[in-house]
Amino acid sequence: MSGGGTIRAAFRGRLGRFELDAAFTVPATGVTALFGPSGCGKTTVLRCMAGLQRLPGGVCTVDGDPWQEGDRFRPAHERPVGYVFQEPSLFPHLSVRGNLLFGARSRPPAAGPGRIGFAEVVELLGLAGLLDRAPGRLSGGERQRVAIGRALLSQPKLLLMDEPLSALDRATKDEILPFLERLHAGLSLPVLYVSHDMAEVERLADHLVLMEEGRVRAAGPLARLQTDPSLPLLAAANAAVSLDAVVEGHDAAYGLARLRVEGAVLALPARPGVPGERRRLSVAAGAVGLALAPPEGDTALNVLPARILSAVPVTEQEVVAVLGLGPDGAGARLLARVTRLSWERLGLAEGMALYARIGGVS
Amino acid sequence: MQGLPAEVWTAVRLTVELAAITTVILLLLGTPLAWWLARSRARWKEAVGAVVALPLVLPPTVLGFYLLVALGPGGPGGLLAGLWGARTLAFSFEGLVIGSVVYSMPFVVQPIRNAFEAMGDRPLEVAATLRASPARAFWTVAVPLARPGFLTGAVLGFAHTIGEFGVVLMIGGNIPGETKVLSVAIYDYVETMQWREANILAAGMVAFAFAVILAMTLIGRRAARVDE
Repeated sequence: MSGGGTIRAAFRGRLGRFELDAAFTVPATGVTALFGPSGCGKTTVLRCMAGLQRLPGGVCTVDGDPWQEGDRFRPAHERPVGYVFQEPSLFPHLSVRGNLLFGARSRPPAAGPGRIGFAEVVELLGLAGLLDRAPGRLSGGERQRVAIGRALLSQPKLLLMDEPLSALDRATKDEILPFLERLHAGLSLPVLYVSHDMAEVERLADHLVLMEEGRVRAAGPLARLQTDPSLPLLAAANAAVSLDAVVEGHDAAYGLARLRVEGAVLALPARPGVPGERRRLSVAAGAVGLALAPPEGDTALNVLPARILSAVPVTEQEVVAVLGLGPDGAGARLLARVTRLSWERLGLAEGMALYARIGGVS
Repeated sequence: MQGLPAEVWTAVRLTVELAAITTVILLLLGTPLAWWLARSRARWKEAVGAVVALPLVLPPTVLGFYLLVALGPGGPGGLLAGLWGARTLAFSFEGLVIGSVVYSMPFVVQPIRNAFEAMGDRPLEVAATLRASPARAFWTVAVPLARPGFLTGAVLGFAHTIGEFGVVLMIGGNIPGETKVLSVAIYDYVETMQWREANILAAGMVAFAFAVILAMTLIGRRAARVDE
């Protein structure tokens, strides 16, 4: 059986205004974001993968296991998925504990090889104080956390999340995002995460499937798609690049962490970490400036040698440059949004070596 | 003050028995029917729904007439009665149960169907993604969520059977201890000018009806609170 280690999906069908014709293959590890504007077919793809909706002729293979192929269609309840809906959809007649254990057939599962334990989930999602409450007495964020825990405890081989944060307000989102990041860091479960909010994608995703009007525009590692000049992501006003950094050390006197990314080390005000710990960074295109020589008397801590790999005029007035870190440009990619005036005044061009001045990292 | 004659208590017992048996049968038959009406995408399901609802509109005499034909010696009821050597199901308690089931069907099916429809697809989808088979999803999710609908249906089915008159008169007649239920007894007392007995029974029915409607309202209010 081919396709081990990957998730393959291909679905076609009529979908309201347009045709759905989406096909992608992504690794069966880490978080893959299905990103696109509302109504582009992301949710339909996810529902088809869960078996909640059936499009004839569709294909869904997870880690070599065909869930749908040809005439074969495994019904939803026989697929090892966890599904988190946009609304928490807790069972109102069961307590939080009852909800969590519904998929576990009421036996609190112990952690084991490849199994997610009850205590582990309660700890991960901060549910200890809520177990005996009724869902009606929880806040929106608490409900969604219970829904995530419930999905995890059904021991899925694939977690499908359909905009789990979009029904929540800003403050509640910020309350849940750290839980999702911990989930990402602590579990080896592959996740397909539907979102139309790039900020969530930047924080959580490793891979990206970019959807547009029922079609897959591109699929691949997040940072590669973010810096692909042929895709619209880098032209967005809030374009950014996500970097996976490793903690190298900490300057306790000034509270700065040294974080290694491919081709450079960044000094950032951040909580101290254990060397080797992984951190997700996001560098906005608007926060990166370009200089021909390292500027003197500058407050910026991170001025790094880089090379211009390509440049795209995004508006009448502005250019976005794709940079490769390091003198040879072989390191991690960054985006820099500069005015056309500066671009021409400095005589910048593709292939040039220069310095990237990083103003802000989140 | 003299007590009520024993035949009144016979009628009360008979009425309650009839209503209880009818309600149980209606819950057993009505639940799958309501489930199908709520979830099926078949085009002709509304036709079935209309047939179930017919007793709401038809005069009880019309219903009673057809039931009489069906239960009589020439109908399927007669064939069924032949199994234990009787000639007909008409004018028997069994016949009355069958008639009541048909007559009260919409009062049980409709609230349960509404409850199944109101919960939508989502809880069942959630159950499916948690590996619950359709049967387990039905028993552990759909039925508990539709509980107010079941309560309403059971109370209405029970109460409506108690208040049944026209159909009983057509297919049951007036046999004490067999088919003479409360509503018929009241009619009898009036016919024979026993106003005191008629009055007591009628007042009892009014109190019962009041209690039923109050109970229904409270069930509805509680269900709304649970949903919050």
